[in-house]
Amino acid sequence: MDKKYFSIDHLSVGYNKQVLIRDICVDIQKGEIVTLIGPNGAGKSTILKSITRQLSLLGGQVLFDNKDIMGMSFKEISQKMAVVLTERMKPELMTCADIVATGRYPYTGRLGVLTPEDEAKVDAALAAVNASELAGRDFNAISDGERQRILLARAICQEPELIILDEPTSFLDVRYKLELLSILTRMAKENDITIIMTLHEIDLAQKVSDKIVCVHGETIYAYGTPAEIFEEEKIKNLYNIDNGFYDPVFGSIELAKAEGEPDVFVIAGGGSGISTFRALRKENRAFITGILHKNDIDYELARLLAAEVVTEEPFEPIGETAIEQAKAAIDGCKEVILCDVPIGQMNQPVKELIAYAEDQGKLIG
Amino acid sequence: MSEKQAIQPNIGSSFHQENIRRKSRFAIVFILLAIAFCVIVVININSGNVHIPISQIVKILFTHAGPDKDVNIIWQIRLPRILVAAVLGGGLATSGFLLQTFFENPIAGPFVLGISSGAKMVVALVMIFGLLHGLTMNSWTYIIAAFVGSLMSTGFILLVARRIRNMAALLVAGIMIGYICNAITDFVVTFADDSDIVNLRGWSLGSFSGMSWSNVWISIGVIGVTFVLVMLSAKPIHAYQMGEAYAQSMGVNIRFFRIVLILLSSILSATVTAFAGPISFVGIAVPFLAKAFLGSSKPLVVLPANFLTGAVFCMLCDLIARLAFAPVELNISTVTSIFGAPIVIYILINRRRGRNG
Repeated sequence: MDKKYFSIDHLSVGYNKQVLIRDICVDIQKGEIVTLIGPNGAGKSTILKSITRQLSLLGGQVLFDNKDIMGMSFKEISQKMAVVLTERMKPELMTCADIVATGRYPYTGRLGVLTPEDEAKVDAALAAVNASELAGRDFNAISDGERQRILLARAICQEPELIILDEPTSFLDVRYKLELLSILTRMAKENDITIIMTLHEIDLAQKVSDKIVCVHGETIYAYGTPAEIFEEEKIKNLYNIDNGFYDPVFGSIELAKAEGEPDVFVIAGGGSGISTFRALRKENRAFITGILHKNDIDYELARLLAAEVVTEEPFEPIGETAIEQAKAAIDGCKEVILCDVPIGQMNQPVKELIAYAEDQGKLIG
Repeated sequence: MSEKQAIQPNIGSSFHQENIRRKSRFAIVFILLAIAFCVIVVININSGNVHIPISQIVKILFTHAGPDKDVNIIWQIRLPRILVAAVLGGGLATSGFLLQTFFENPIAGPFVLGISSGAKMVVALVMIFGLLHGLTMNSWTYIIAAFVGSLMSTGFILLVARRIRNMAALLVAGIMIGYICNAITDFVVTFADDSDIVNLRGWSLGSFSGMSWSNVWISIGVIGVTFVLVMLSAKPIHAYQMGEAYAQSMGVNIRFFRIVLILLSSILSATVTAFAGPISFVGIAVPFLAKAFLGSSKPLVVLPANFLTGAVFCMLCDLIARLAFAPVELNISTVTSIFGAPIVIYILINRRRGRNG
């Protein structure tokens, strides 16, 4: 009870008195990274707008350090909570340092004059997001990735306990995405800053978050640690995916299996098959693969992409059953593709398969 | 090694250094504006249909002594007119800056948004009502009437703005409101036949002429107090420039502050309209110039510079209005339009380019 830091309690949110999502209950500990995921239009941003008081709450309450945020003054909140929004800022004649300096607003006097300490904090915030060289540039003349970093620096400069970010990685290329998220994780771990954000990239959400909130339908669909949330079925249901797969092990998204009768057999193993699997999927060609141990790296992908996988139990030598199964499959195929499989103690029989395919004149690659 | 150490110490915060550089630019701008202000005041006092030598003017200003006719011209005609032009110019520029902040739109202003026309309409209606019923109205009645008219137009614009977030559409709506109000004003002015209407007609086109000292003191009082309030709001105005959501996250009570902004800008434009009629484009052109001079949009420095620039701009335009075709006097709006409208076009073109680039 007393360990609650930021607590969303039976919250209902929506626009114009119309409830969009009801009964949201989420408890967040200090220093945690909590990510809201869910399909477009599910109401992720609506939840963020409600807990930042841009929208009025339509039921329930939000407690910050056991205090109802609706009872706090805007000033009090502004010294604890900073935001990075999707709303496009169009400031005039302001440099990036000026934008960051607006983060000092809750701490300056009646007229908002910056002290040398405030100015030093602006420099420090810029340095924290590796953007010192942008300080003197016009904010309207920088790229999207740079803009996000400046807005994050602005939030840092506000010295909050909690930062709320709405889709901070949209429009950023991979490098900036990774950079931004690593800054966030560093802040959470080193400075004990709590982070609540929405992300579109579920693969990244899985890797950086301590807790995941799945927003879908009338109420939140699931809430828990990434390990609890990132199960194939949950993610498929959350996004209503019927034309692809989510791989919870690698956090990657794969197309659905090719349809039709498999006419090619891939001899793979030890990661040698991955590029072949993807290439076949791209050609929309159904295939069978084997013989893979269930702990083989190829197996994870084959499971999602292959029409059929001939398998063996982990750490067991490949047995007769599997060999017979594979041979039968090769009989039914027109071609056999041989990947660069390393052959060792456990998969000796693969040699036998290669020879079998060669005898039938089906072996290529 | 030793070189590095020689550079490193005392470098301090780089943002701090930058702000020191800016402050010197601000100081230069303010000094130049003050000089321009003084120069234009002197030229203004010194020029007119009746020529009075400078030595005489100085004497009259400081001792009130001299030929009665000249004393009268200086003290009862030229000086009040100059002061009113300065104060109302500053007020108009401030009103424009507030509206631009509010609508997040650099070409918003009391004239283009139809706010001045709304004020003019209500003032004209009140004037004619007074004439018909033989009532004498004082300046305060007109200020209040203008304030009511300003709020009516502003309210309508707000309704439109809620539906349309498009900058050009907002402007078109404002211009249309202006036309409607002007049509109603013209209608009542045409049908109310009275000799006093001549006065009204001149006022309804905008002019600084015929200002009494009581007008001077009232406009200085109202605009002075309002401007102080605006300056005290410089901090939330700055936050508001970041957009409403960010401003709120910085601790601004948005609902309350929106009302404050609208009331302050309406009081300013209403006072101007009550005394001098609608004056076009000052509210857009001057803030643009002031920001360009300073290279900043920070309200704490822009507001006073904007006020000074507005004062200088209106005094200059009034000078041109008086002298260009003397003894015929032009409407003040004729002159402000010639300078102001091109600036608005420039802002529009520049914006478009910025968006594409």
